[in-house]
Amino acid sequence: MNIVVCLKQVPGTTEVKIDPQTNTLIRQGIENIINPFDTYALEEGVRLKEQHGGRVTAISMGPPQAEEALKEAISRGADEAILLSDPAFAGADTWATAYTLSRAINKLGQYDIIICGRQTLDGDTGQVGPELAEMLEIPFIAYVSKIEEIADRSMRVQRMVEEGYEVIESPLPAVITVVKAINVPRLPSLRGIMKSKSAVIPAWAVKEIDADPGRVGLAGSATKVIKVFFPQRVHRSEIFQGDLKSQTECLIGKLRDAGLV
Amino acid sequence: MEYFLTEEQKTIKSLARRIAEERILPVRAELDEKEEFPWAIIKDLADADMFRVFIPEEYEGLGGGCFELCLVVEELSRVCSAVAVSYAATALGCFTLTEYGTEAQKQKYLPDIASGRKLAAFALTEPTAGSDASAIRTTAEKVDGGYMLNGTKQFITNGGEAEIYTVIALTDKTKGARGASALLVEKDTPGFSFGKKEKKMGIRASATRELIFRDCLVPEENLIGKEGAGFILTMKLFDKSRPGIGAQAMGVAQGALEAAVDYTRQRIQFGQPLISLPVVQNILADMAIQVEAARALVYAAARTVDSGVKKFSEESAMAKVFASDIAMKVTTDAVQICGGAGYMRDYPLEKMMRDAKITQIYEGANEVLRNAIAIELRKRRARTE
Repeated sequence: MNIVVCLKQVPGTTEVKIDPQTNTLIRQGIENIINPFDTYALEEGVRLKEQHGGRVTAISMGPPQAEEALKEAISRGADEAILLSDPAFAGADTWATAYTLSRAINKLGQYDIIICGRQTLDGDTGQVGPELAEMLEIPFIAYVSKIEEIADRSMRVQRMVEEGYEVIESPLPAVITVVKAINVPRLPSLRGIMKSKSAVIPAWAVKEIDADPGRVGLAGSATKVIKVFFPQRVHRSEIFQGDLKSQTECLIGKLRDAGLV
Repeated sequence: MEYFLTEEQKTIKSLARRIAEERILPVRAELDEKEEFPWAIIKDLADADMFRVFIPEEYEGLGGGCFELCLVVEELSRVCSAVAVSYAATALGCFTLTEYGTEAQKQKYLPDIASGRKLAAFALTEPTAGSDASAIRTTAEKVDGGYMLNGTKQFITNGGEAEIYTVIALTDKTKGARGASALLVEKDTPGFSFGKKEKKMGIRASATRELIFRDCLVPEENLIGKEGAGFILTMKLFDKSRPGIGAQAMGVAQGALEAAVDYTRQRIQFGQPLISLPVVQNILADMAIQVEAARALVYAAARTVDSGVKKFSEESAMAKVFASDIAMKVTTDAVQICGGAGYMRDYPLEKMMRDAKITQIYEGANEVLRNAIAIELRKRRARTE
C-alpha cells in the first residue's frame, strides 16, 4: 500500500506576531513544529503500513526549513519525504497549495491513500484536504476517526459528525482528513532519528512537479490576505457619584441606552 | 558540566527526556496513587527503541553499554523512578544472558527484549537471603531433560509483568554459594506462579512480587554459563548494574532539585520569594553540588564499566552508594525547604523522597557495599607490604 501523508510546519505557539508590511507571520525566533493534526495523519499512515505493508511518503510545502518537519516525520516512521520548496510557492492560499501538492502527488505516481490532518494550527481553514481530492479527482472523506477496514481497492471508515459518527465506504485511492480521536501519535524512535539524520530529502520546485507557474504561490491564489490585525481592545470606565439610589439610577439609564436591558 | 557525550548519546538522552516529560509526567501521580504498572509507558519506551539501547546489534539492539543505559535511567527517574526501575530491571534481567548466554539462547530471547515485546527480571533475593545472598534455598535439581526448580524468590522487580526471568538457584545444595546456577525461566512454565504484589513505600508503579516454583521443570538448555557459576555471574552482574541504580538515584535527586527551585521561586514569604533567603539559597546550592558530583561519579563509573577493564567492583559500588545517599539527602532537603507543599501529595516532592529511599537498599545495601570497598582498600595496601 502506498500511503502519502501531507504535513505542514507551523509555529509551535499561539503568540505569533504579524509583520505589518507583508501581512504574514513573523517566523524568526519561533520554534516550529509539525502541525499537531498532521501528526495523527502520519501516525495513521505508519500504522497502515505496519498492518498492510507498503511505504509512507511524507510531503510538505514550505520554506527550506520545513525539511526539519519532514526529518521528524521520518523519525516517527515515514519511509521517505519530499519537500516542495520554491520561492514561487510563497504566499499560496489553500487552492494554490492544494494544486502544488496535487502536482507532486501526480509525479509520485502510485498512491492508494492520502492522509491529511483536519486543519492546521495557523491557517485553520481545513480546505487543503478536500481541494486536493478535487484536483486529483478522487473521493474525499473529512473528519475520519477510525479506519475500520482497508483492502486493495476500497475502505470503510468512521467519520465524526456532531452527534456520533457515520460509517462510509469508499473506493481507493482517496483522500481522508483525520481527527485527534483516530490514534495516539508515537514519539520519534532512536532508529528513526538515526535514519532521519542521514536521510536525503529531495526538494521539488515548480520545474520538478511540472506545475503551471500561474497556478502556484501568490499568483495562483484565488484569495488574497488584504489585512491582518489584532482587534484593538479599548477599555473605558466611568465612575458614578452620589448616593446609592442615584448611582443605581444612573447605571440602569446607561444600560438602557446601550440596549442591554 | 560538559560530559562530552557523543551525538548518539545526546540523542538517546534527549529522547528519553522527551518521553519522560510528554508521556510520564502527566500520569506519574496517578500511577503512584493507583500502584499501577505503567504498561502504556513501557509501550512508548519500546516504540522509541529504548529497550534496544542495551542490547547488542546482532540481536536487534543498538549496542549501547552501561553508560547509555544510565543516560536513559537518569532521564526517566528525573520524572518518575518507578518507571525508570521497571525499565532498568529488564536490563538487569538480561545482562547475564547477553554476557554469558549461548548463541541459541541469545537468538531466542534478546530480539524480543530489544523490541520491548517482552520484559525481563532478575531473581536472587529470598525470604532467607537478602544481603546474605549465599543463604538462598531455592533448588534446581538435575532431572531427565532439565532442572526441577523448587523454592520461593522474594521482592522481585517486574515479577508477574516480565516474560523472561533469570533465576539463581542451587544445583548442588552441598556446595553452598559454589553450588548456585543461573537459569532462564519463561513466565508460562508449568509450576511457576506468582505470590502477592508487594505494597511499597515508594516506586509504587513498579511491580514487586514473589516468584513461586513448585516442581517447575526448566529445560537443560536454559542454563546460563556453567553449573555452579551462578554466584560469580551474579556478582559480575551487580558490578555492571550498580551505576544504573546510581543513575536512578541521581535522576530523582535532579528532579527534586528542579522542583524545589521552581517552588521556592514562586513562594512568597516575608515579602520575597523563598529562593531569595540566604538559608534557602545555601540548601539549594548544596543540593546542586551533590547532584552534579553524583552525576560525575555515575558517568565515570559507567564509562569504566564500558571501557573493557576487568575489575570495576569498587567504582561501581562507589557510584551507587554516593548517588543513593545524596538522593536521600537532596529529596529530604527539597521537602524541607518547600515546607507544607513539599509534604503534600499534590506536589511531586514527597513521592521523590519515598522513591529515593530504595536506592540505598537494593542491589547491595549501602552498608554492605561500603564493607566491600573497605575490604578492597585493606587488600590493596596489604599487597604492597
